[in-house]
Amino acid sequence: MNSCQKNKVLIKGVSKSFENLLIVDDISIELREKEFVTILGPSGSGKSTLFNIISGLIKPDSGKVYIEGEDFTGKTGRVSYMYQKDLLLSWKKIIDNVSMPLIIKGERKEDAREKVKKYFEIFGLEGFEYKYPHQLSGGMKQRAALMRTYMFSKDIILLDEPFGGLDAITKSKMQSWLLDILDRLEASILFITHDIEEAIFLSDRIYILSDRPARIKEEIKIDISKPRNSDVITTNKFNNIKRHILDLL
Amino acid sequence: MKRWESIEDKVIPTVFFVVLIFLWEYIVQVGLIERYILPSPTDIIKAFPDMHPDIWKHVITTVQEAALGFGIAILLSIILAILMDNVKIIKKALYPIIVISQTVPIIALAPLFAAWFGFGKLPKIIVVVLVCFFPILVSLIHGLESVDKDLLNLLKSMGASKFQIFKMVKFPATLISFFSGLRIAATYSIMGAIIGEWLGGKSGLGVYMLRVKQSFALDKFFGAIVIIVVLSIMLFKIIATLQGMLMPWEKEQNKS
Repeated sequence: MNSCQKNKVLIKGVSKSFENLLIVDDISIELREKEFVTILGPSGSGKSTLFNIISGLIKPDSGKVYIEGEDFTGKTGRVSYMYQKDLLLSWKKIIDNVSMPLIIKGERKEDAREKVKKYFEIFGLEGFEYKYPHQLSGGMKQRAALMRTYMFSKDIILLDEPFGGLDAITKSKMQSWLLDILDRLEASILFITHDIEEAIFLSDRIYILSDRPARIKEEIKIDISKPRNSDVITTNKFNNIKRHILDLL
Repeated sequence: MKRWESIEDKVIPTVFFVVLIFLWEYIVQVGLIERYILPSPTDIIKAFPDMHPDIWKHVITTVQEAALGFGIAILLSIILAILMDNVKIIKKALYPIIVISQTVPIIALAPLFAAWFGFGKLPKIIVVVLVCFFPILVSLIHGLESVDKDLLNLLKSMGASKFQIFKMVKFPATLISFFSGLRIAATYSIMGAIIGEWLGGKSGLGVYMLRVKQSFALDKFFGAIVIIVVLSIMLFKIIATLQGMLMPWEKEQNKS
């Protein structure tokens, strides 16, 4: 990661309390172009609140959110956001679910369909364009949800435990798949998880969060070369990083 | 296995129903109950030809009242539900009153409506509206409330407008509970019209029933009840068919 990479997202000193309870405490995070950054922390530590702040759904009590140098504090509609639940609309076919972001932006249904069609192959959903969500497997639904997320904003994507609801086997398949397609998507990704192995396997950098109120305990660079495959999980380097993180938490 | 179960589901109630009818016929035939107290099923069937030309105008009146009242109730509850969903003050102010209003026995109010609005169709339609309105409104509000909050946040994060959120998510997500309210209200609608007519009027099945009851033609009275049941079931079926047409995704979900 060289220093000439542009800042996509910069969060400066963000704090937020709910009903006098401090949830997010003075957090600063940066995400550079095409980088994969993970925010790793225990459940209920305020990770999702942080994402709501970045996406503009919640206004922080103090601090700023900059996206490509521009102040986006409390403004929605810039970054795309994917939740743990797939949140696909059961009454719409996959192709219409995926084109939803484009329709919100004011495109006609036919045009939106035309635009999303070519991405079905990348996301491994070819042949499922005109199925309803309930006809897809859990992993495919998550892929469709990710595709919809990508259709909204192709450069900055927030992923909030996207594989949290999947079984272990599907989960590890999805992780490899995600690394694989990221090469082609050229997106900057901010990822939330409480799964240490997942964090190390996917990320370029990891921010370790403390228990509530969420503070940054440490920033860790993962210097395992990409592309990675599932073999790295058993290497010494991987295990050393894992032990270090476990000590921190 | 599944096929056998579905056959079983149809056969058992049908057989039980037929047995009941035969039992009823038998009890009256052997004279356990006198005919002038309870006519037998065959008596009721025989009454239909006598009812024939006269009954239709009553059926039409009742159906008109029920349909009109049902339609007004649907419109009213949609408007109210949207208002209550968007403006929390309206919901807080109205909801308790609407719930309390349901505890007032309509059958006691109906004579008042006749006194206020005369013996035409209007007081009957008002009864139908009052009876149908509540189940539809409650199902709508429940449906609007049960829309996944994360889903709403997702659309907000994409910068969707309130109208877009309503059109893309809230409305379709509410359809399923809306229809369950509609089905209940549909069966109430005919009944509501009958209650209204019971208290006086020129035509309608309720008026007809009152007349034949007074002339002790109980076979015709039961004939009218059969007609009411058939009408209610037809309305119920129409709603179910409409639901299948408007919500194709549900149908495919049930199939798989």
